[in-house]
Amino acid sequence: MPRRAEGTRKETVKYSTLRNTLGSVAASIGKQYGIHIVLLTLVLFFSFASEDFFASSNLLNVARQVSMMGIAAVGFSFVLLLGGIDLSIGSLVSLVNIVTAWLMVNAGWSPVPAVILALVLSAAVGFSNGWIIANLQMPPIIVTLAMMIIIEGVAYLICRGLPIFGFPKSFSVIGQGYVGPVPIPVIIMAVIMGLGMFILKNTYFGRYFYAVGGNEEAAELSGIDVKRVKYLVYTLSGFFAGIAGIVILSRTNSGQVLSGKGLEFDVLTACVLGGVSVSGGVGKISNVLAGILVLGVLSNGLVLLDVSQFVQMVIKGAVLLAAVALDCLQHRKKT
Amino acid sequence: MLLLQLKNITKRYPGVVALKGVNLDVVKGEVHALVGENGAGKSTLIKVCTGAVVPNEGQIVIQGREFSCLTPKLSAQMGIAVIYQEFNLVDGLSVAENIFLGRAIRKGIVIDRKAMAKEAARIFRQLDIDIDPNELVANLTVGYQQLVEIAKAVSQNAQILIMDEPSAPLTQVEAESLYAMIEKLKASGVTIVYISHRMKEVFRLSDRITVMRDGQIIETMNTADTNLDNLVKLMVGRELTETYPPRKPCVSDDVLLEVQNLSGNGVHDINLQIRKGEVLGLAGLMGAGRTQLAELLFGVKPKTKGRVVLNGNEIHPRLPKEAIECGIALVPEDRKRQGVLLELDVKGNISMAILERISRFLTVNKKEEQRIAEYHRESLRIKTPTLEQKVKNLSGGNQQKVIIAKWLASEPTLVIFDEPTRGIDVGAKSEIYTLLNRLVESGKAVLMISSEMEEVMGMSDRILVLRDGRIVGELERKEFSQEAIMGLASQS
Repeated sequence: MPRRAEGTRKETVKYSTLRNTLGSVAASIGKQYGIHIVLLTLVLFFSFASEDFFASSNLLNVARQVSMMGIAAVGFSFVLLLGGIDLSIGSLVSLVNIVTAWLMVNAGWSPVPAVILALVLSAAVGFSNGWIIANLQMPPIIVTLAMMIIIEGVAYLICRGLPIFGFPKSFSVIGQGYVGPVPIPVIIMAVIMGLGMFILKNTYFGRYFYAVGGNEEAAELSGIDVKRVKYLVYTLSGFFAGIAGIVILSRTNSGQVLSGKGLEFDVLTACVLGGVSVSGGVGKISNVLAGILVLGVLSNGLVLLDVSQFVQMVIKGAVLLAAVALDCLQHRKKT
Repeated sequence: MLLLQLKNITKRYPGVVALKGVNLDVVKGEVHALVGENGAGKSTLIKVCTGAVVPNEGQIVIQGREFSCLTPKLSAQMGIAVIYQEFNLVDGLSVAENIFLGRAIRKGIVIDRKAMAKEAARIFRQLDIDIDPNELVANLTVGYQQLVEIAKAVSQNAQILIMDEPSAPLTQVEAESLYAMIEKLKASGVTIVYISHRMKEVFRLSDRITVMRDGQIIETMNTADTNLDNLVKLMVGRELTETYPPRKPCVSDDVLLEVQNLSGNGVHDINLQIRKGEVLGLAGLMGAGRTQLAELLFGVKPKTKGRVVLNGNEIHPRLPKEAIECGIALVPEDRKRQGVLLELDVKGNISMAILERISRFLTVNKKEEQRIAEYHRESLRIKTPTLEQKVKNLSGGNQQKVIIAKWLASEPTLVIFDEPTRGIDVGAKSEIYTLLNRLVESGKAVLMISSEMEEVMGMSDRILVLRDGRIVGELERKEFSQEAIMGLASQS
């Protein structure tokens, strides 16, 4: 190698290394905070486009609207981390809705035991999903799809398709009450999200979710009881969906079969927007919260701007597609 | 005649320079070996040749045509083909269909299976390979799959065949047929760039050797003009005294593991004993049942009969979790698929098997986790900038060390190593051997499965040979020889 060329080469290397470093820093910021940037942009846009948007009452309204989704999203994120999916959470919300309503109105139970039984039921449904997936080695999408249809049928059987209403007054506190200016559903969401973060960051079984989702075989060979992890995750998903169901029931004050319809897809959209990988092993609750807020801000803002329901659907679908596409692109880059 | 020429190729990634002004000449008809430790830049160099990586500087000259970069399509058109360790074959299709994948012989719009089978058979005859073209690829052993892969490249008129550690997954016998194939290809005028960690085959096959280190070409020389010591010295940049570090005699009389009439998972009536401080080698051809035996001991697969006694207590592990609680660890064969969690960081991988043990009220004691991970990083000399680095960013040797650290943290009494040094560079290899010595010197026992004959003989105190799921022979240290092992392993 000729000596004299070396000096200039070194400088070129230095310069382009610097450029590359800056580029990769920008890229990693984009990757880490991408969803937050999107959220901020949306908030700014709607603040200018509609004068009602940035009012504190409206912002709290958005928070309350997304809280049911947020509660269910914690369990759903766990399932996605595991590399699975849980399509049954929407129907489960409906079932919990109907069962609790039926117990209070038709069977005359007081709210507390009715809620407890409904939550046990939702956890049991989740556990069944997990048991079938782990032991029969069936694809989660099929198992939970079947479960979704079964549950919806059961809910119809209980209420014969009619709404159930007339609950004790005290029950409405959960969905309609406030602590200071903050709606109670928002507080429930915050607590459950906090719990979800704690599970993922600090507990050993939370670490197992990442391990099993990242590489099931290696996880098993490292001494993780993969079946038990699956039972746990699907049970939690069912349980959190159950809580969401109770909150919705209390908020609407009427048990309806359609109350949870389509929730699974909204939650899926939010999780994927929040960077939870659909192929498992990667994701954070804090980003899922941002994903949920993006959806909430989007639908609230579009309503304020008087955009029609149908256009909103088109936009939501496009957002999901874009989020998954981004996730896939990042995966492709790696290989 | 120069067939392929790389001129001053430089490739920079953010933070690292993978290739620094690399110059390489490949002469038509030669077998050109490319050697170097993991991370030396060999893979990047290949990717430049296949168009998967665009270099920042330099030229690629193929058959007189000059390019500043290639695309995969262009590279294939210029006659470059690569045989990767992971095969690009479709399991559910026949051998012939795989060979003609994407360019099927057709009659109108219908695929002409007969013609393809006939053509494939012709190629096989020409290369002296004995494979039924109508067999499903899924039913072939790894060795045969590789031969199919090579035949596929040849049928596409490849001029330059780049082979990336082709012999790594092969048994001795399979490797022999690979070598024969390479000789034949060379005779027919195909140029081969051969990447390998196995020095023996490099000397046997190659005409010239290029040594890479730290993204640079250190030297290109005629194979006849060099020797192993010299080559290893160039590769690691320091002198390695011995490949197999010595260990103090440490085999005790206490039996740690006793296996009686163990059957299941494809192995039959296994009887063996391992004493404390002993390295027991398990030799045999691929499919002889060595890994299957390890899976039985580790609770991955259920046994149908027999007893396993560890430290005087009979154990019945039904899950790896239970085997680990008994004090058994398994460093698996396939590092990426079974060993590491690539998306997790170094710390998370090391603590994986002991998380429950270092948790109170379900919560992981992070200080303890940090301390244990740090301790093992230092003692195993795992090269990583931080413990928070994702394991996928480490080299193969360091990934293997992370797996070993995970098991050392679980404080096992018996460690099963399945192909402990596959695909690992010379320097890291010798570190892993030293580690193995440390394990047995501290009174633990090691069961080592290896397809590398030298490794089994170099490291074991005793060798058991398996064939068709049964133990067919036991060799004491003084009886060790390649002939004895191969004789037992391959009798029919």
